[in-house]
Amino acid sequence: MISDLTSKFVLEPERYEFQAGAIHQFELARRDFFKLLGAGIAIFAMTKDALAAQETAPGHRSFHNEELPKEISAWLHIGEDGIVTGFTGKAEIGQNIRTALAQTIADELHVPFESVRVVTADTALTPFDAGTFGSRTTPTMTPQFRRVAAAAREVLQGVAAKEWNVPVEGLVAADAKITDPASGRSLRYAELAQGKTLALNIPAEDPVTPAAQWKIAGKPIPKVDGRAFVTGRHKYTPDLRPEGMLFGKVLRPPSFGATLTTCDDSAAKAMSGVVIVRDGDFVGAATPSPHEAQKALDAIRVQWKEVPQISNKEIFAYLRQNGVSKSDDRYRKEKGSVEEGLAGATHRADATYTVAYIAHAPLEPRAAVAQWADGKLTVWTGTQRPFANRDELADIFHIPESNVRVIVPDTGSAYGGKHTSDAAIEAARLARAAGRPVKVVWTREEEFTWAYFRPAGVIEVKSGIAADGKLTAWDFHNYHSGMSGIETPYDVPNQRTQYHAVPLILRSGSYRGLAATANHFARETHMDALARVAQMDPLEFRLKNASDPRFRNVLDAAARPFGWPRKKTQKGQGFGIAAGNEKGSYVATCAEVAVDRASGAVRVVRVVEAFECGAIINPDGLRNQVVGAIIQGLGGALFEAMAFENGRIKNPHFATYRVPRFRDVPEIEAILLDRKDIPSAGAGETPIMAVAPAIGNAIFDATGVRLNHLPMAPDGVRTS
Amino acid sequence: MANALEIEVNGKRYPVKYPPDTPLLYVLRDELGLTGSKYGCGEGQCGACTVLIGGAPRRSCQIPVSAAAGKAVTTIEGLEKDGKLHPVQQAFLEAGAFQCAYCTSGMIMSSVGLLQNNPNPSQMDIVQFLQGNICRCGTHPRIIEAVHRAAKMMQEHM
Repeated sequence: MISDLTSKFVLEPERYEFQAGAIHQFELARRDFFKLLGAGIAIFAMTKDALAAQETAPGHRSFHNEELPKEISAWLHIGEDGIVTGFTGKAEIGQNIRTALAQTIADELHVPFESVRVVTADTALTPFDAGTFGSRTTPTMTPQFRRVAAAAREVLQGVAAKEWNVPVEGLVAADAKITDPASGRSLRYAELAQGKTLALNIPAEDPVTPAAQWKIAGKPIPKVDGRAFVTGRHKYTPDLRPEGMLFGKVLRPPSFGATLTTCDDSAAKAMSGVVIVRDGDFVGAATPSPHEAQKALDAIRVQWKEVPQISNKEIFAYLRQNGVSKSDDRYRKEKGSVEEGLAGATHRADATYTVAYIAHAPLEPRAAVAQWADGKLTVWTGTQRPFANRDELADIFHIPESNVRVIVPDTGSAYGGKHTSDAAIEAARLARAAGRPVKVVWTREEEFTWAYFRPAGVIEVKSGIAADGKLTAWDFHNYHSGMSGIETPYDVPNQRTQYHAVPLILRSGSYRGLAATANHFARETHMDALARVAQMDPLEFRLKNASDPRFRNVLDAAARPFGWPRKKTQKGQGFGIAAGNEKGSYVATCAEVAVDRASGAVRVVRVVEAFECGAIINPDGLRNQVVGAIIQGLGGALFEAMAFENGRIKNPHFATYRVPRFRDVPEIEAILLDRKDIPSAGAGETPIMAVAPAIGNAIFDATGVRLNHLPMAPDGVRTS
Repeated sequence: MANALEIEVNGKRYPVKYPPDTPLLYVLRDELGLTGSKYGCGEGQCGACTVLIGGAPRRSCQIPVSAAAGKAVTTIEGLEKDGKLHPVQQAFLEAGAFQCAYCTSGMIMSSVGLLQNNPNPSQMDIVQFLQGNICRCGTHPRIIEAVHRAAKMMQEHM
């Protein structure tokens, strides 16, 4: 029994939204499994590296190396109809993992892609999973599905050998059948699964097919179920409507941290068909139609007690002054002597960088449908952490986890923003009072206000270089925003990186890439400034200080097609470069900008980005992720920022919180480096990291103005 | 009710019980069960709820249902004919022009509206026309490619 998996590893500190809680093993009995899926052959992978399987924290930097409990991590079912179903606790949130995993299973099991289904993120059907984040689906689920598929192939060979009474050696698995080359006879997998309820555990070994021999994986297969999306048939959570469902709505406080002092809900309660719930500071209504829910809330008279709060104007000074510096070597890394390195430097450059709070703004807002029956709760919700949601719901409603089922329909994006169970709790609370299913869909304003943000941060850098342009010292301090990507990939003999925690101001949490975007912005902007001090070309300066061949390789792969170094041909034109590595993958980004001297308006003209994440599983899906990260990164680089004052968000609308739109999109060239000799890494996050510094460095090249704050140019650049 | 409101959606007439000032989007989704049109902001800022009213693309979250009465409303559900996708749907599918796909219905409806009046749009025409539609996944280049592809398909089939 696993008592508490979370105690076995340590999360990045910027994952503020994660609550420590018991994580439990999946306990579905075998017989239930076949009852649900029908007869056939089922293979369960028992991994000895259960941690890697149920990953939360990637990379050796982030968690302790400890012996971990064995646990089921993935499974596969081969039905009597030949349909192969893979089960994973990961969620499909637009990153196209359903397609990539189906490819992997088909590839290793030697069946057509079309015969594979993938069941995702359903706590009653899929193995336990800590969540879909940290770019972990590809590096953990892909090898596991390969292992189960390879084992399934062997099981099928064994069944055929028994059937024919021949030795298993020499039997061939291909094209969804087992063939005996000696006699020429063959049996389809479907025939071999006939009438069986065969369940097997396999150890986590490594018998998988090397990337160079992949036949279905590695190909640009289009997104599965594409037709359901272009016809509007796919049901996202807000589209669901179980029989008898009511529409729920929650009364929000006027500001963060406000508490309810008086509440008169008599008029609302008198309205017909209205269910009102008041429980502590929670006030909500459930009604037969959505407009009635708003009307009911409008009829409730409430008073709130508010508390004074920090505004975005004071935030950076506050963060800088309230850092808690721990000497714990998890938060502080030191090598050589920074003081000596700085003292011996020919040139010095010191600077402070700041990063604003930003919102994920997924187009599908937080939503949930909750249904109670016989004390059991079923919730459909767009979350990245179905099992954590299940545990939280069980805890809140004082019921066993086995009485809660969380199902995640393929979701209208998340970007790290859908880890909490807010809408699920609200819907469940209202549904319990109503005795009927209830749906809660947050409004855009609620989404911008009551979700959580990517944390703001202050980063201070001190650095020195020798006369030849070699780094002699690097001192890097991040206040509050986080420590993902905090360590420099450059070779510096004297270096110190430190994370300084600050208690939360706004509700904050994960965001695509976490603090790697902030830390790369500071580092790569600073490297550009150092290159100028050294009077070296920014690319040459980076290469002089970097020895990691994968790092050098992406820089070269981006710079060449970009035409680096380029000569300016127009006024206001500028070119910038930036690079980084995180979560097992490497990125380099070149940007060209045009800055209008009169208005200061910045236009990103062209971006060339090289990305390397080991062996590519689906180049088509990967290209979408890389291009998408560039465009999303452009918003945070130039104009996205939350404005807040007295516990209120001042721009909780798309009219006032600007996200990238068609006119903002530059010409984009994504160069995908396929390294079949390196295990596949995830790709959801790293491609966003170097976008902001590449654009900022290009703006400097164009104007001579160094922008050290994200977003860099919400109102353009002042050049005079 | 004597003077009950009626609207015509995808060639079918529906009585409407929700109040006449209810935005068309909620009537489509919550009263008629046509959930292909999406709620993204309720403020006319994201385009996820786009439908055609009398052939023109409109933000259904901003139109009171009463204003749609007597006009032909087309939603994403009405584009497919006899199991055959509309060329714009087909083009989005072929171009892989979606990731989470929550914006896709609105993107397709806006693009159908564009191509009705401008059968051969330039890159800039497409960018300007779709400026009001948000794609948070950043699939814009493929959406533009899909509209070009659809334009070509529609001209070949004329």
